[in-house]
Parts: sequence; structure tokens; C-alpha cells
Amino acid sequence: MKLTMKLALYLFAPLAFGLLSGCERPPIETVQTGYRGTAMEQIYNPRTLLKQASLNQAPEAAEAASTDGPRAKEVYQNVQVLGDLSVAQFNRHMAAITQWVAPDAGCAYCHNVANFAEDAKYTKIVARRMIQMTQRVNQDWKTHVAETGVTCYTCHRGNNIPTNVWFAPKDRKYANSIMGDLAGQNNATQTVGLTSLPYDPFTPYLKDAAAIRVNGHEAMAGIGNYSNRASTKQAEHTYSLMVHMSESLGVNCTYCHNTRNFQGWEESRPQRVTAWYGIRMARDLNNDYMEPLTKTFPEHRLGPKGDVAKVNCTTCHQGAYKPLYGAAMAKDYPELQTLAKP
Amino acid sequence: MAQYQNLFTSVQPVGPTHHGVDLPRDDDKRTGTPFLLHLLGRIGNAQIGPVYLGSLGVASLVFGIAAFNIIGFNMLASVDWNPIQLLRQLFWLALEPPAPAYGLGIPPLAQGGWWLIVGFMLTVSILLWWARTYRRARQLGLGTHVAWAFAAAIWLYLVCGFFRPIMMGSWSEAVPFGVFPHLDWVSALSLRHGNLFYNPFHALSIVFLYGSVLLFAMHGATILAVTRYGGEREIEQIVDRGTASERAALFWRWTMGFNATMESVHRWAWWFAVLSPLVGGIGILLTGPVVDNWYLWSMKHHVVPAYPLSHPVVIDPAILGAKP
Repeated sequence: MKLTMKLALYLFAPLAFGLLSGCERPPIETVQTGYRGTAMEQIYNPRTLLKQASLNQAPEAAEAASTDGPRAKEVYQNVQVLGDLSVAQFNRHMAAITQWVAPDAGCAYCHNVANFAEDAKYTKIVARRMIQMTQRVNQDWKTHVAETGVTCYTCHRGNNIPTNVWFAPKDRKYANSIMGDLAGQNNATQTVGLTSLPYDPFTPYLKDAAAIRVNGHEAMAGIGNYSNRASTKQAEHTYSLMVHMSESLGVNCTYCHNTRNFQGWEESRPQRVTAWYGIRMARDLNNDYMEPLTKTFPEHRLGPKGDVAKVNCTTCHQGAYKPLYGAAMAKDYPELQTLAKP
Repeated sequence: MAQYQNLFTSVQPVGPTHHGVDLPRDDDKRTGTPFLLHLLGRIGNAQIGPVYLGSLGVASLVFGIAAFNIIGFNMLASVDWNPIQLLRQLFWLALEPPAPAYGLGIPPLAQGGWWLIVGFMLTVSILLWWARTYRRARQLGLGTHVAWAFAAAIWLYLVCGFFRPIMMGSWSEAVPFGVFPHLDWVSALSLRHGNLFYNPFHALSIVFLYGSVLLFAMHGATILAVTRYGGEREIEQIVDRGTASERAALFWRWTMGFNATMESVHRWAWWFAVLSPLVGGIGILLTGPVVDNWYLWSMKHHVVPAYPLSHPVVIDPAILGAKP
């Protein structure tokens, strides 16, 4: 081989390999979801999809319990939420929640096994509130969870704490120094899909209710009250929330939007409405259920800034467009369908 | 004659190195003793140096290096002075412009002040380098085509980082100094203003950008193809058209009915390259100060086709009075 040919080979072979190493191994399957020519399509890799599917299986429900007999609150002490269930139903529920949340620690994870009625462990107080939260979701957020509903397992999947929760991010060590302000972005984090977008889209949108929309309704720039004051930096924040949603659901932007016109609802898919309610749902759960529990949790369960663990889209979805790929698990647990009467 | 179709120059003449023409008396001396580097000779001229630095060059380098270092140290500080994290996250890190709340005011150093200082220094450095390209060309008795082409690029740089932020009344609108962050800024700008692809100046800019690539490929290929007839001596061929020029012209006339000439092809290339940032800059300057939403603008002027809605019509839940 001539020297120049060798030289070319040595130069380009590693270059080509380096460039290709950033790619995902085929096959890639494309599913069209909108009008032709609009590039509204979902992209799937059957290999990763197979792995995803195995991670999102709903466990089989135990046989339904008899509704006859005395109520749980008549037999047991200090039953505040599920007291109207029959004893058999109540015990079935307790067995299920143990499998969903604390399969290793068992009853003792929440209860003092010498006195089950006692409220000594914080986990019991949290669990009670979480049952109410689940009921709230199934009753009041049908706009997001529809008739599929949720159970403890939707988020917990056999873990004491759901694997995907969020805290306000830790400040860097020299946050108060005169140099190196990150402006809330430009960190390589998984939260926003390894982009350099703002790494905490949750505090402004899933806890506070900052404006998500940055697009105006007029073609031309207006003056004074008629102008759209949203900044490019605000757009970056919205973008980071959208990347989070896309990553959590394992879908492209086009799952909800027609990307030629992100703002337009008339060109969006109905899924966008479901997602819109999802954002409000997460905000509601974080403010009404998680935040008030801050003092209940011991310090080691809190985030670096002392805030409680909160939910985002990944908490339930975990990479699936519908949690557990839409397995209708909640229907087997009617006690989780409506808020218990106090 | 296979050597003309190779990626590399396979024949290199080697002789005494050339220092260049004499400079006027009040110019600085050129620095460095020229030497030959064989590998570089395969892709360009084997001779390295001498370099003309001069006062403009030195001043430009001083400002440029200062800006580069301030950016670098801010990046290093943002990963808590950890050099390994600096390398690992280099493409993610940036020096960000101030928050929107500061408007066009001067923010504290830690909240965008450094960005303002770096922006000034980098701009001074670039403008000095422009003056240097202009003055060096004049001193060599050349036209100033390179300087004006460079000015077109500087125009786009100034629009993004200076003119547009001023017109928007906020430094926060400017571009962050960082690799991925500046790309995210581009996406965010497009998303904020309803899809930059519907900005006709953006479209024109892309035409000239891709057109430049096409012209470069066509011209490069044509000259390489007629090198065997002396076609690489383009300047001579401009005034004294030989068989190389004739064949090149015939080839294009036969294949597409029209041909540029040995001289005009370079005007084509220059204008395409220059117009790309020139019209792009106009497009960016209009984005925000004049047009708020390019998608709506295009709808208004019937540039965008309307597609049939293929699913049940989706209505914004916020206007339905839905529970928030």
C-alpha cells in the first residue's frame, strides 16, 4: 500500500469509528402519528423497547376479598383511612402494600409489630398520607390518569422510596464565589437528557406555577402591554421541562406537538392535553401531599437543601408513555379509587 | 496522472525558504525563522513562518487570550475548581450572560459581569484582528476582499451578542460563551420566536450557506479535474485562457448549459459566503425587535401550508376554564 493511502486509513478509520460510537445501534422503527409531510412520528428501537417493557410489568393482583363481615375500624384500632373496608379487604390491602413498597422489611417497615395501631414510625404516617394521595389521583385527576388509575406500585415498584423522585439541587461548593455562576444550567445531568439546559425545571413548574408558555399570539412584536416579554432564557427553562417529559415517557417531541408550531393546540395531538393536566397534577401532589410531610420525614430522607422528595413525570412513567404500559392495575383495588370520607 | 486525484499532494518541491517581500520601514519585523514541515506540505504549503505580529496582532492576541482565560476560569470555578470535571463537562460549561432582570444594566461580577467584560474583550480582539487583516492586505498590495468577508462574519457575531440584545433591552438575550450552551441558545431562540425556519432571512442564509458548499465542491472538483492541463494556475488562466479553462467551461456548459469563468467563479464563491452571515444577521436582528413569532408571520403572509387536522381537534385546556 502506498504511504499516502496508509496515512489516509490511519487518519480516517479512528475518526469514522469515533463519530459512529455516538450512534444508537439499529434497527430503528418509525411510527407515523400525524399528517404526511409533517414529520409527526415516533421513533423506537425494538431492542431497547423490549428491555423497557420487561421493566414495566404490573404484578398480578391477589384474589378479591369478601366485602362481608365487620369493618376494619371496628376490629382494629386507629384505622383512619381504610376503616370502611371489611377486615378481609383491609388485610388484602395491607398485604399488597407490603409487596409494593416494603417487600423486604415487611410489616415492620411501617408498624411496630408489638402494637400495630401505634403511630410511632414516620413511615406509617407517610404511608397513610400516600394512600390518600393515591385516592386523590384516581378520583380528581381522571383528566390525567383516566380510568387506568394508579396504585402505590405505579411509583414504588417494590422500593421503599420510588426510584425517581426529585429534590432541589445542591448548590456547588463555592456557590458564593465571584466566579463560575452556572445560572442554573450548563451541567451534564440526566435530569434534562444530558443537554446543557437548566437542570432544575421542577422547582419553577412542578412546585411553583411559573409560566410555561413563552410564545405570543401576534406575529409582530408589540409595544408595552401588547408585547410578549418572555425571554430566551425563559424559553430554555420551558425547553428543559419538555426534555424531562420526553425522557420520562420515552417519546419524541412529536408525541404531543407538531414541531413546526410548538405552541399551536389545534395542530397538537390529544396527548398534549393529558400532559397539560399531568403538570398540574404533579404540582398539586407536591404542594398538597409531599411538602406538608417535610417535618414528618427524618433528616436523612430529605434533600441537600432540606426539602422533601417530590414527584415529577418520571416518578410514575419511568420511561413508558403510560406507566406500566397502561396496565389497568387500579381496578383491582377499589379502596384506592375514591377519597375516603374523613 | 493519478496524483491529481489524490487526497494529498504527493509531489513536494523542496528548496530554500522564502521570507516574503520587504515591508515598509515603519512596519515591525516578521518573527520566526521559516522552516519546512513535510506532513503539512501534503495538505498545504510546507513552509511555516515567518509570522507578522505587529501592534494590531499583539493587541488582538492580548484581548483574545484574556477573554479566553476569563471564560476558562469561570468554567473551572463552576465545577468547583476540579480540572477533571472541567475536561469531562467542558462541552456543557459556559459563561452565561446576566439574568433578564438586569436588563441592559451592569450586573455584579458573579451574575453576568464577567460575561459583559469578556464580551467587550472578545469584540475588541476580533475588531483588532479585522483591522490587521485589512492592513496586512494593503501592505502586501492586495485587495481587501478577505477583510470584508471577515466583516460579514463579525456582523452576525455583533447582531447576536450586541445589536439584538440592545434592541431587546436585555443582555440576557445574548449568546452564552460555551459549546452546547450556545447551541441550546439557538434552539431556545427559535422556540421562543415560533420557529426560526419560517424566517425568510434564515432561509436565505441557509441557501447561501449550502450554496457555498456546493460552489466550493464544484469549483474544487473542476480545478482538480483540469490540473493535468495546467488548470491549477488559475490566475494565469483568468487573463490567458488555455485548454484547461476551455475544457472546464465546456464541461459545465455541456452538463448544465451555463458556466462561470475562471475569474467569476471566485466572485460567486465570495458573494455566497459573505451573504450567508449578512442575511442571517438581518434575520436575527428582526427576530424579537420586529417579528415576535415567525410561524404566525408566515401564516399571515401565506408562506405556510395549512395541513388537514387528522385527529379530533385539540383545544387548549387553559381556555376551557379547566381546573388549573
